[in-house]
Amino acid sequence: MNAITRRGFASGLLLSFSFAPALAQQTTPPQPKRLPGSLQTNRRLDAWLHIGADGKVTVCTGKVEIGQGAVTALMQIAAEELDILPGRITMVSGDTALTPNEGVTSGSQSMEMGGTALRFAAAEARAILLEKAAARLNALAAQLRVQDGMVTAPSGNGVSYWALAEEGLLRREATASARPKPPSEHRIVGQSFPRLDIPAKVTGGAIFVQDMRLPGMLFGRVVRPPSYAARLLSMDLDAVRKLPGVVAVVHDGRFLGVVAQREEQAVKARLALAAAVRWDNPPSLPQPAELHTHLKTLKADTTTSSEKKAEAAPVAQRLTAAYTKHYLAHASIGPSCAVAQYATDKASLHVWSHTQGVFPLRGDMAKVLDLPLDKLRVTHVQGSGCYGHNGADDVALDAALLARAVPGKPVKLQWMRDDEFAWEPYNPAMVIEVSAGLSAEGKIVDWTHDVFSQGHNNRPGNPQNGINLMPAWLLQTPHAAPYPRATAQPAGAGDRNAVPLYDFPNQKILHHLIPVGPLRTSALRTLGAYGNVFALESFMDELAEAAGQDPIAFRLAHLKDARGRAVIEAAAKLADWQPGARGDGTHGRGFGFAKYKGLSCYCACVVDLELDRATGTIRIISAFAAADAGQIINPDGLRNQIDGGIIQAVSWTLKEAVQFSPTGITSLDWDSYPILTFPEVPKVQTVLLNQPDQPPLGSGEASQGPAGAAIANALKHAAGLRLRAFPYIPERVKAALERS
Amino acid sequence: MAAITLTVNGHRHQVAAEADTPLLYVLRNDLELNGPRFGCGLGQCGSCTVLVDGQPARSCITEIGALQGRRITTLEGLGTPDKLHALQRAFIAEQAAQCGYCANGMIMAAKALLDSNAEPSEPEIRDALAPYLCRCGTHNRIVAAVQRAVREG
Repeated sequence: MNAITRRGFASGLLLSFSFAPALAQQTTPPQPKRLPGSLQTNRRLDAWLHIGADGKVTVCTGKVEIGQGAVTALMQIAAEELDILPGRITMVSGDTALTPNEGVTSGSQSMEMGGTALRFAAAEARAILLEKAAARLNALAAQLRVQDGMVTAPSGNGVSYWALAEEGLLRREATASARPKPPSEHRIVGQSFPRLDIPAKVTGGAIFVQDMRLPGMLFGRVVRPPSYAARLLSMDLDAVRKLPGVVAVVHDGRFLGVVAQREEQAVKARLALAAAVRWDNPPSLPQPAELHTHLKTLKADTTTSSEKKAEAAPVAQRLTAAYTKHYLAHASIGPSCAVAQYATDKASLHVWSHTQGVFPLRGDMAKVLDLPLDKLRVTHVQGSGCYGHNGADDVALDAALLARAVPGKPVKLQWMRDDEFAWEPYNPAMVIEVSAGLSAEGKIVDWTHDVFSQGHNNRPGNPQNGINLMPAWLLQTPHAAPYPRATAQPAGAGDRNAVPLYDFPNQKILHHLIPVGPLRTSALRTLGAYGNVFALESFMDELAEAAGQDPIAFRLAHLKDARGRAVIEAAAKLADWQPGARGDGTHGRGFGFAKYKGLSCYCACVVDLELDRATGTIRIISAFAAADAGQIINPDGLRNQIDGGIIQAVSWTLKEAVQFSPTGITSLDWDSYPILTFPEVPKVQTVLLNQPDQPPLGSGEASQGPAGAAIANALKHAAGLRLRAFPYIPERVKAALERS
Repeated sequence: MAAITLTVNGHRHQVAAEADTPLLYVLRNDLELNGPRFGCGLGQCGSCTVLVDGQPARSCITEIGALQGRRITTLEGLGTPDKLHALQRAFIAEQAAQCGYCANGMIMAAKALLDSNAEPSEPEIRDALAPYLCRCGTHNRIVAAVQRAVREG
């Protein structure tokens, strides 16, 4: 099985790899050369690559596979620059004992940071090998040709990488002096190389952490309080301890869990444990209907995301509007899972996790468990798609807390469905207030955008004091969560994509970060961008209408960015956008656009919407998208991300809101948190604009904002209804239609 | 704890588990099969789907006590990496997965559909897959994979 193979592989690997960071810090001159991508922070070539005498190449990446094909794309990059067949490569990803520390696999940065690092590292490794080959073959390096690791001189003599490979060949600091190939020479990059992990996933291969089976493995389950605030009153654990198969019952403050020999025994013991505990659970959450009003009453830390001032034409018309969105769940299909195993002396711990960041998770876990960093190893193994910070990190600590009760024994813990829904960190509810002035000529002369939101980035690894692992908050001696701080622009977090790409002479964008709010929150795909683009692009349509202009023409009139314009025009062309076309009361189309984070993938989206006025049910019939993600590494993978992002955003927009009552979360299963189903999924057409000479950009978060906004604009176009609150669930749409 | 005999992918297995044990845990932990996956434990998402006498069943809520003498087929029973079933081949050809956690349910549901309707229309495929949840937004590729399997057999 995958994880076991890695373990076996690992022991040999450790011998031949000098593990870089500590050493690099000691030998690095005071002001080291700036290196590209993640090479800057992981500067040793042998931290990234190993060329074996056996014809095998090992590529180590700190980025991990979260179901988006990143590891396959990284392999393509390495194979391309090394001039070897991809089949020679073994990818090792996300292991605190083996791979570079690239932080978190998030923010659509795997290609930009990890891919760029690998490109330069592999190009340099190739240059080092060619230098040795040149000496061996009595030729100039520039004259040599390489095919799948076989180096040939003009004389016809040749030598392989594998014959040249020797211990310590890459034991040196990267210089980034070898130029990667120009895109015109790419043969592997730019191809729709099939994903490495799909065959196992469709044949029952062991590929997920859920599939791990270690000798003597036990099964854990946890029992949570009924709400964040509930206090434990009393409990009687004796009956639970006597249940068949129960090996341990763990109780530490409000943290409760069981370990059993068989999984179904753990599941039964969990129910018994839940019934054996009495809680005091007074109302602690706001009334759901008052959520957004309540949010605006909370303390907020305000920062200025952008401010521009310039002379401009006088304002002839002023528009204001307020938009809201609800809490969204990651709602991974597979609940979070981890395996943890303490050494019998409890002096060290190995955790297998589908975390997006093995190093940040290790750092937070080590503090909670009071282990030295070098005694805690975190190994990434794939899990169900996470779409951001779901329960992956929390369940790793849960598993460790249970494994501590049975030292020497591996414990596998998969959350139950309600554990995931009730305790994952949600994408925050948001209030966004906008205003703009239009000149007599129909140009926007000033713009304000105020976003009120809880934190969108409460992951482990926060450099400030505190622990972002939920189980740590439940312990008898609890750890506190770090105080949430704003993330700097241009990327931002709650204010992500709040700063328009459009050229307005005057603008002021304020981010009101609510540090403590009703529900637990953190990073879901796009962070604040989905909400901010909903507001921004809806408001652009409102202004276009006020100015009497076509929405797309109006946007182009405010946008100089050439790549942005090209993407907008490509989507309009693909959808055969007809300026002046009118909705008929039940059918309409809408447009949305964003450059993700203000510095990443451009995406424009047109959707065709159908409204059932009797029920308020909206259906998206089709979506048309154009995307520019810079240089395309894997076109099919990119298309999968853009299309999938649109479909997920249709689900968020039409169906999703985390339900709660004053005494706790009530979205606990798929009936109380429904998502889009097959008959409701739109047809999607996507056109990709390749930019071979530009850096590759992430794409997993590019299309959600534009798709959501396009739906909002399509509803207005179809039915004349400007509904400024997401989600567009039938009850809300019907009520709004009746009011209008 | 009585021993229960289950017939899985053509092989008989003696399982030492309580009769009310959900089939899923036995398949995954005793028989070491990875195809059926735990998604909800409530019969809502479909990722644990197997075929019982050819009909799709949610193994997370199907107790083993009711399955003696029944024919259970899992994803592993359709094909292997060396000898893929047409649906598995089609899912790979269409790259019809992102995270792939739901893929088991999709393939098993499609298998049951094609067994009863060899040439389903696209709406028929979507309706048959409606009770199976995908979160990555890979639905259209999954439909295309089923269509490809129909075409290529």
